[in-house]
Amino acid sequence: MASDSQPDAPAMTEGIVCPTPAPTDDRVQLGHGSGGKMSAALLRDRFLSRFTNDELARLGDAAVVELNDGDVAISTDTFVVSPLEFPGGDIGSLAIHGTINDVAMMGAEPQYLSVGFILEEGLSFDVLDRVVASMDTAASAAGVTLVTGDTKVVERGKADRMFINTTGVGRLEDTFRPSPEHAKPGDHVIVSGPIGRHGIAVMAVREGLEFEVEIESDSAALTPLVRALRETVGSAVHVMRDPTRGGVASALNEISSAAGVGIELEDHAIPVPEPVAAACEMLGLDPLYVANEGIMVAIVAEEDGDRALTTLKSHPLGENAVRIGNVVAEHPGMVVLRTGVGGTRVVDMLPGDQLPRIC
Amino acid sequence: MRYLSEYRDPKVARALVDEIAQTATRRWTLMEVCGGQTHTIVRQGLDEVLSSSVEMIHGPGCPVCVTPLEQIDRALHLASRPDVIFASFGDMLRVPGSECDLLQVRARGGTVKVVYSPLDALELARRTPNKEVVFFAVGFETTAPANAMAVWRAKELGVENFSVLVSHVTVPPAIVALLESPDNRVQAFLAAGHVCTVMGWEEYEPLAAKYAVPIVVTGFEPVDILEGILMAVRQLEEGRHEVENQYVRSVRHEGNRPAQDVIGRVFQLVDRQWRGIGMIPMSGLGLKPEFADFDAELKFGLGGITAIEPPECRAGDVLRGRLKPHDCPEFGVRCTPENPLGAPMVSSEGACAAYYNYGRYDPATADREA
Repeated sequence: MASDSQPDAPAMTEGIVCPTPAPTDDRVQLGHGSGGKMSAALLRDRFLSRFTNDELARLGDAAVVELNDGDVAISTDTFVVSPLEFPGGDIGSLAIHGTINDVAMMGAEPQYLSVGFILEEGLSFDVLDRVVASMDTAASAAGVTLVTGDTKVVERGKADRMFINTTGVGRLEDTFRPSPEHAKPGDHVIVSGPIGRHGIAVMAVREGLEFEVEIESDSAALTPLVRALRETVGSAVHVMRDPTRGGVASALNEISSAAGVGIELEDHAIPVPEPVAAACEMLGLDPLYVANEGIMVAIVAEEDGDRALTTLKSHPLGENAVRIGNVVAEHPGMVVLRTGVGGTRVVDMLPGDQLPRIC
Repeated sequence: MRYLSEYRDPKVARALVDEIAQTATRRWTLMEVCGGQTHTIVRQGLDEVLSSSVEMIHGPGCPVCVTPLEQIDRALHLASRPDVIFASFGDMLRVPGSECDLLQVRARGGTVKVVYSPLDALELARRTPNKEVVFFAVGFETTAPANAMAVWRAKELGVENFSVLVSHVTVPPAIVALLESPDNRVQAFLAAGHVCTVMGWEEYEPLAAKYAVPIVVTGFEPVDILEGILMAVRQLEEGRHEVENQYVRSVRHEGNRPAQDVIGRVFQLVDRQWRGIGMIPMSGLGLKPEFADFDAELKFGLGGITAIEPPECRAGDVLRGRLKPHDCPEFGVRCTPENPLGAPMVSSEGACAAYYNYGRYDPATADREA
């Protein structure tokens, strides 16, 4: 940075003159990433004021957490969503829910989180504070503790205001180990709620689309649903997945490939909220491929399928849970959907993002 | 949405399937002109449940698919220029040009924006006066009014940094080209409901009479399409050849006059190259001379960019209904949505994409595929 500090450079005298120092209190500046006093203030005023627990307060290079004997699940995810705030959530709650859900889908009880922030110079503290508050609320509600973190500040233009990485760990029980390769013919395929809300909520804000009914992201921690399933049907739950990017269709394709089984869906059973259906209709998107952040796909042994569904439905997060199909022995690695007219079609993976169509 | 669910009612649809089967005394060959209809047919498996009474062959009504290769190359050239923001409907982004596609140009630093309306592109131009904004004006008569309106507004507002790369086509000349072809097998057409919403169906009446072919203006939902097919089959069984309208909730005989007016003010009929098919005289829309300032081809001197279509892509045969997508030797082999040889594999209205994405699970061939 030494080359920048040439006091007599002509540009400083003839060009843009900054008569008074810019206010330092309402925005992220590069100095906040320096490791000096400003960094310490950022940490103290913006993060530690919210995330309060003994382990984090020690400010060690790493958190020390107790692990009992047995396995833990670890997952990391990085969040770059734009806009930072959208109906039903923001990048902060998403960063908590997303990672918690990944840990929970392994059957684990998420306990600890780490967080890494990449902040762009110029980010307003108002936004940062709202995001941090929302993270705190989301983490507390889900019963996880944020025990270690890191902050970097990058020059304006090097990041889109704010990126967040979170890593979560959670303890596993020996008797509850759902995994994609465990899907078996005869299993019920259940979704815990209506599909497509997160992707459409974000897209609506990003593209400035207005719908009669505002669509809210479904962003939520799935921990309570996982806990309920573990307690009622336990090992009958063969697979759990949160169908985020790529939607339900991609998650089911991954499961059918991993387990070497086929999956058969009933078109009429797939729960698409009317506003999501309308938005997809308009944009030329298929809700089966739209991202979700607060629902799960559960694949459950046939004999316990109905009980699992009842369990999900008894919880507010899963009250609209519904069985959408079955695992079958035929067409391994392939997801097939039966249409209302009685035809069938293959629901394949998409090569890339869905692209809105012409007309 | 409520108005749509009745056109997707499985019970109504199944009753129509039965009625078509009872009405047809032989197997008829029908063409749905529009790619949107192709997708409903393949997505819902209508061709599968109707296979004993009708063969559906898929027509050229996919605007993305018929946009000539050289126009795609011109788009790629413009999008690569540092002074240009290239705005397009999302569909066009993965269409392969001679060398690459718009997504790849974007990854290499070009500015490519997906817009939902040409008026959004015009707004973008007003907001970014230091850049040239070029909108890719493609499509049939359906998108022409909005595209014409954007150019009209640009002229009215004096927005000098806005222009359009035009590749508009019209349906009736394509139907004539198909009917005039010596190997034509099409016995009746489902005309595209959205095109007729704009244009009405007057211009189809002389075609039905001259070529003795039933034409049914048809919507896009499963029940619409089945109704359209039933109306066409009834005409064929009764030896009639008229233009009938299934899509009454949207289409009037005279169409949408104000929309036609704005098309007429901005565009004129021109000869147009169709990708995979070739030149069809007076089948396209081009900007009238008084809007030449908004013609990206003139503004950026793109006339020198020409292209030769790769011979291994048989999109032309698919678009004319001579070849079913899965009968193409390259289908799913060298040509996939990830690595398309031609546009029909990537457009949301392309027949090859419909077959690839919604392909059937056929127990008879399962062993071979597994």
